[in-house]
Amino acid sequence: MDLTELTVHELQEKLKNKEINVSDITKAYISRIDEKEKDVQAFVTVLKEEALKKSEEVQAQFDNRENNALAGIPIGIKDNINTKGIRTTCSSKMLENFISPYNATVIEKINEENMITLGKLNMDEFAMGASTEYSYFKKTKNPWNLSRVPGGSSGGSAAAVAANMVPFALGSDTGGSIRQPAAFCGVVGLKPTYGLVSRYGLVAFASSLDQIGPITKDVKDCAILLNVIAGHDEKDTTSANIEKKDYTKALKNDVKGLKIGVPKEFLGEGINEEVKSRILEAIEEYKKLGAIVEECSLDIAKYALASYYIIACAEASSNLGRFDGIRYGYRSKNFNNIKELYKNSRSEGFGEEVKRRIILGTYVLSSGYYDAYYKKAQQVRTLVKQEFEKCFNKYDVILTPTSPTVAFEFGSKSNNPLEMYMADICTVSVNIAGVPAISIPCGVDSNGMPVGLQLIGNNFAEETILNAAYTFEQQFKFREKYKPEFKI
Amino acid sequence: MQVSKEEILHIANLANLNIKEEEIEKYKTNLEEILNFANIVNNAPIDGLNETITANDSYNVFRKDEVKKFEDREALLQNAPEKERRMFKIPKVM
Repeated sequence: MDLTELTVHELQEKLKNKEINVSDITKAYISRIDEKEKDVQAFVTVLKEEALKKSEEVQAQFDNRENNALAGIPIGIKDNINTKGIRTTCSSKMLENFISPYNATVIEKINEENMITLGKLNMDEFAMGASTEYSYFKKTKNPWNLSRVPGGSSGGSAAAVAANMVPFALGSDTGGSIRQPAAFCGVVGLKPTYGLVSRYGLVAFASSLDQIGPITKDVKDCAILLNVIAGHDEKDTTSANIEKKDYTKALKNDVKGLKIGVPKEFLGEGINEEVKSRILEAIEEYKKLGAIVEECSLDIAKYALASYYIIACAEASSNLGRFDGIRYGYRSKNFNNIKELYKNSRSEGFGEEVKRRIILGTYVLSSGYYDAYYKKAQQVRTLVKQEFEKCFNKYDVILTPTSPTVAFEFGSKSNNPLEMYMADICTVSVNIAGVPAISIPCGVDSNGMPVGLQLIGNNFAEETILNAAYTFEQQFKFREKYKPEFKI
Repeated sequence: MQVSKEEILHIANLANLNIKEEEIEKYKTNLEEILNFANIVNNAPIDGLNETITANDSYNVFRKDEVKKFEDREALLQNAPEKERRMFKIPKVM
């Protein structure tokens, strides 16, 4: 039996029954990484020795384990989440040699569970991109077809989960960066409600939009990982002070009477026909399962996308101001004074897409343009929130495709920034409004590439969307029908 | 939406970035295209709406201003591009 094919809850079951021990799991994953990483290129840093050592320690400590224990379960971490003593690069030349002096709150929580970090995963530089092609280090390949992108920006996380190189992973989502790569790689990805998971120690891209979330093989694993990372943190003032929940209890495998709204604007122009067909089939499945599905209107996608790129770039231009070559990060060798040190370090340390977004962000915040762009974008944000509120007065869940297309070929969008931005059309509204959304696989297209279904919930209604996702998954059984084939 | 070469250079300077002569045209075209698209926000039905600054309604979260010591000075200094006697080294400012 290949342990790397199992979900985390299946591994927990086997550990509980003493069929396997903790170090078997880590060893299995390390040999899987040895086998597949050369093709997939998902990792920036692999922590082989550290993981093996920790797994032996954990095994010794946990002979009598509790049922739900996560001790000894490996995990992969997106490389913009700070891990003490380990490189955190954001896949940027700017942070190529940066060793975190502290742990992000989510990493503290993972360590408290005695989980084992297998490595740091590749991403678009500073999480800016939708294909992971903007990584300074390498291009991660899609395990379903190695000539296609894994999506982005959490492309390394999604590809590593799909390729069974980690049982699950953490990603971050500012405009779709968990959900879109999850959709492209045929795995599950959840962006929690803004404030549910602490952002302390996540390298900031756009602070009012960023959230950390799980990328997993199935919905139950997603609930298990959310249980670990959710919760109030005084180190993040935007973190919500709400009651701790057990999200696995929400998985009832029952959607009878659940009201699902399908916004017609998300199935219209620009959505690939095969993607649309899979979504319509999923809708039929939900109806058969007893959900009440209705067409609705949510005519905000284009406004939300425009407002997203204004707000996200404005916040990024401010957040990335800290990278100046003084206390940490890349410093140019070529300068005569402090201003040149700043400018040359930043110009040599950042990649083109990051510079493009800093320039756009600086532009929309500059005198004379603030009112025309930034202020308007924030008013659009109010509009988007209001439109979602209207929908959630009528429906429990909003159903859309996660992405207008399946995973695309390398190079097909990377030279056209605007076209790359359009890849986010179905996902950004969710970040603008702050609500949670999950992407689950709902079939494949005629080339065998996975299609993602997005379920959006109201603020802090993770339980509702997790149950809706779980119920579909139990019926559809995607993982039994389809597997990545590492096609060349 | 037209952006002039001078504007691009001005914005790049504000952002502490250099743009090479041969890159100006590319950044200018990219910025114009993106701004043309972003102009949609001007057609949105937003008259009279307030601005939303963040995704949730939290506002002024207070806590006591207590000093918490971070002891691991070495962990911070190991990332310094240049250091001397346990301090960050930078070029002359004044």
